[in-house]
Amino acid sequence: MAGFFARIAPLTPVTYPPLLTTHAPPKVAIEVSGVEKTFRIPTQRVDSLKERLTTFSQPDYRELHALRGVSFEVERGEFFGIVGRNGSGKSTLLKILASIYAADAGRVRMAGRLAPFIELGVGFNNELTARANVELNGVMMGLTRRDARSRLDTVLEFAELEEFVDLKLKNYSSGMLVRLAFSMMIQSDAEILLIDEVLAVGDASFQQKCADVFYEIRDSPRTVVFVTHDMRAVEQYCHRAMLLHDGDIRTMGPADEVARSYLRLNFEQAPGEGDADLGGMADITLVDVWLEDGKGERITNVEKGDELRFGAIFEAHRRVEGPTFGFAFDNADGVEVTGFGIGVAGEGPDLVEPGQRIRLGGEIENRFAPGRYVAKCWVHREHNYANLVLHSPHVLDFVVYGKESAGVVALDHEIAATVESDAKVSGS
Amino acid sequence: MSVEPANLELREVRGPSALGGGRHRFFELLWLMSVTEFKKTFFGTFLGYLWSLMRPLLLFAVLLLVFTQIFKLGSEVPHYEVQLLFNIVLFGLFQEATGIAVGSVVSQEGIVRKTQFPRLVIPLSVVLTALFTLGLNLIVVFVFMLAFGVTPMWTWLLFPVILLPLLVLSTALAMLLSALNVRFRDVGIIWVVIATALNYGTPIIYPLEFVQGTLKQLLMVNPLTPIFHQADIWMVNPHAESVREAVHGPLPIVIGAVIYVAVCVAGVWVFHREAPRIAEQL
Repeated sequence: MAGFFARIAPLTPVTYPPLLTTHAPPKVAIEVSGVEKTFRIPTQRVDSLKERLTTFSQPDYRELHALRGVSFEVERGEFFGIVGRNGSGKSTLLKILASIYAADAGRVRMAGRLAPFIELGVGFNNELTARANVELNGVMMGLTRRDARSRLDTVLEFAELEEFVDLKLKNYSSGMLVRLAFSMMIQSDAEILLIDEVLAVGDASFQQKCADVFYEIRDSPRTVVFVTHDMRAVEQYCHRAMLLHDGDIRTMGPADEVARSYLRLNFEQAPGEGDADLGGMADITLVDVWLEDGKGERITNVEKGDELRFGAIFEAHRRVEGPTFGFAFDNADGVEVTGFGIGVAGEGPDLVEPGQRIRLGGEIENRFAPGRYVAKCWVHREHNYANLVLHSPHVLDFVVYGKESAGVVALDHEIAATVESDAKVSGS
Repeated sequence: MSVEPANLELREVRGPSALGGGRHRFFELLWLMSVTEFKKTFFGTFLGYLWSLMRPLLLFAVLLLVFTQIFKLGSEVPHYEVQLLFNIVLFGLFQEATGIAVGSVVSQEGIVRKTQFPRLVIPLSVVLTALFTLGLNLIVVFVFMLAFGVTPMWTWLLFPVILLPLLVLSTALAMLLSALNVRFRDVGIIWVVIATALNYGTPIIYPLEFVQGTLKQLLMVNPLTPIFHQADIWMVNPHAESVREAVHGPLPIVIGAVIYVAVCVAGVWVFHREAPRIAEQL
């Protein structure tokens, strides 16, 4: 999932219209006020009549507050992102907006017809052909049967599945299914779209098509509520976004700010999350890792090309000889962009004793292309790659922002274009 | 993909319900789901229609053999075999509508949890599919009736009067059971037993005249009994004793009527109450 939007980006050096387009007098499309939702989770599940009739005590419940009075408004034409960690309540909120769950308190009002896409292709019937499924899905989205049928050609054309119109869905590949589902989604003409974690596979050219559609929807009067984990997608498509945490709104505002606070939140709560990889037997642990700007202040995002400094502190729990400390940076596609491994510098013996701390620090040449990066960390002994002491796949998250550029890294260039004076010009 | 910025007013979203999402969409979905399911059973497979006729016909053949050859029942009741087939097919509606509906909401979990879907469509489409099946089966039954020498009667036209109360009861039970099954997953198992009991507690494989005394009055308490007995009178056996003759005093019929109404009210009430929470409990 995380890779979907990111994979598109390198293919689109074209600059799209700026994010903040001015809309006609802003009108509210979705108004949510004080929505609460509590799930009662039985400590002992009673799900049969027999148990219910033979158990005398009232079943106990644990209360899970999924939403604690959430209020916000989305204007018509806005592409509004909802982000948050797992369990933050974002899916519950989406399901309340979509009339799948009932809110315990509060009010939701909407202007216009709504089409929810909580999962692509839900309600597909594998025993039926694409033709019949398009009709069924269209009706589900509130079209009449005739309208749904008339849309068949457009849907299949976009999905590039014209030849398979009478093939039963059980014979479709998963890529074909997703294409069909995505195509149906964008062909629904509801004024408000709710989109949860769009799963898009398919080849690069189809992904490009999807991205184009998203940009098009963003600049259309349609309103979109978009739930995702992909901060890059949030920054690319959303006008505004909201960060949910523990059922409350933590931040709401411009997409890039929200994306940043999401990444910060993610890091705050993830110290040593990956350290358990060696079953807690790590001889060396990572205590802290951070990025800082030229002034020495800690940052979680950096502008393309700005000075970028790196710091990390390790602590040894056993004696380790010849340790090598390494970090590598993956982009959102999982491509390792760069990395380094260094030993202990200085005169003394090349080893660390229990209780000793090792500090890494210095500058990294900032050639990162805009996007999201994840740092992983490893340590091995005796300068040998085979002797792994520590391996944490996800110790740091950061975003490089700035003008989109093509490719995996942003290299400086000094290339000029000149007009050759002796060129023959015809037809002047 | 053009969207006219019409005068869109804010309207309150009331959350999931039995009917939610507009009447038009409700009926479109209901129709489409029933037809789809029907087509799947009857036209999806080779010999589809014949295949689904097999069950009632085989059952009919077995019962006919047992009751005419072993119990020698056929000789005493005119057109016993036709009556038997007709009853099996008619009870098939009730059995299919309720038996499949029990698990219907649970098995449509994907739709219920991931889309905005009027919940009532699910059990209703099961009943509608069962009704389509009945329609197809009745064609065969009528061919049989004529082949076995039942003379066409004007009372055949009264068939809808029998069908309606049966359909209403089946629908109410479909709603009740499908909603309860979300909360208590053993409702389906319990219902199989009750449905079997009803199969024998209704004059289907035996004529009502064969039962006497208290047992007969007990049978009359079952709301299905008057429906099936009246069906026999109107369709096959105009000379059988009428429902009024069969019952001693109004009490059994009154109790039956109370049960009937109670089931209908419970079906609507329980489904309506459970509908908003179904997605959370799946």
